[in-house]
Amino acid sequence: MVVLLLLSLGSFAQVSDPTPLQFRDAAEETRFHALTAELRCVMCQNQSLADSNAQIAHDLRREVLDLMNQGKSDAEIKQFLVERYGEFVLYKPEVAGNTWLLWFGPALLLLAGAAIVFRIVRRRSGPAAGAVAHDDNQEW
Amino acid sequence: MNQPAKKPESRTTGAFVFAGVIIALFFLGLMGLLYYGVKQSDRAGRDALPSPLIGKPAPAFDLPLLHEPGKRFTLAELRGQPFVMNVWGSWCPECRVEHPVISKFALTKRVRFIGYNLKDTREDALRWLEQFGNPYLMVVADEPGRTAIDWGIYGAPETFLVDAKGIVRWKHVGAITDQIIAEQLIPALEKAEAEK
Repeated sequence: MVVLLLLSLGSFAQVSDPTPLQFRDAAEETRFHALTAELRCVMCQNQSLADSNAQIAHDLRREVLDLMNQGKSDAEIKQFLVERYGEFVLYKPEVAGNTWLLWFGPALLLLAGAAIVFRIVRRRSGPAAGAVAHDDNQEW
Repeated sequence: MNQPAKKPESRTTGAFVFAGVIIALFFLGLMGLLYYGVKQSDRAGRDALPSPLIGKPAPAFDLPLLHEPGKRFTLAELRGQPFVMNVWGSWCPECRVEHPVISKFALTKRVRFIGYNLKDTREDALRWLEQFGNPYLMVVADEPGRTAIDWGIYGAPETFLVDAKGIVRWKHVGAITDQIIAEQLIPALEKAEAEK
């Protein structure tokens, strides 16, 4: 069983990078780390490109640094990866038709919760305050 | 319930019932999601990413041939007929699993079957083919793995179907099975041929 597990993991070989990336200056390194932290590793899907030790993550980090050295902007680099690996690589996907729920869902849930709490509180304190709204007799 | 000022407690009860219903619906929804997740969890390749390349022109490549390293081979030379490109490496145990399956299929000569040797040394790759058999029409070698990024390849095995016009029609991540060939690859190939 363990052997099987190891075998299936083997194809996503974990390797140590023989030639570490060389940065020209601290600013470049900071930008690189910020950018790769926002990109998702395509192999080990719950790690960022910055954290992952999979072979493909090594290669993609190198590619990202190459593109930075070619003077590409962060947006262009993200576009480069999206064209090849899909929207999946972005931890912050574009706001689009199929992602709006992802972006605004939590806020909607919060608003819905706030509305319910507000109604309950108003119902409870309404009669005591004597200021019962005349419009709230439709629902209960 | 139409006497708001007289029965405040019934309104409160109503609010609680309302909240209860909302919470119950919420949990039912969560359970539905959980059920869906469990149902999906045994689906092979559920982590495979859909390739954004499907329906788009295959990325050009210019790579050395594994068996003749001095000679380079380009995508353009494959135009005119569909081909299947199978990404493999001697370091990849899953490739060994699918090897008999793809060998059997390649031998039917239904479609040109190209090997894409990824991040391998020439020596290891040749030894692997010698040991397990070489089902490929030709094998291109991408040792640095740079071209693989253009193809959105993130491991091996991966298998692509490209049509006569050079459009990517289908991709599979992970080991190919007889079932996948029969239910996905061949229908996709027939469709590509019909639309030629």
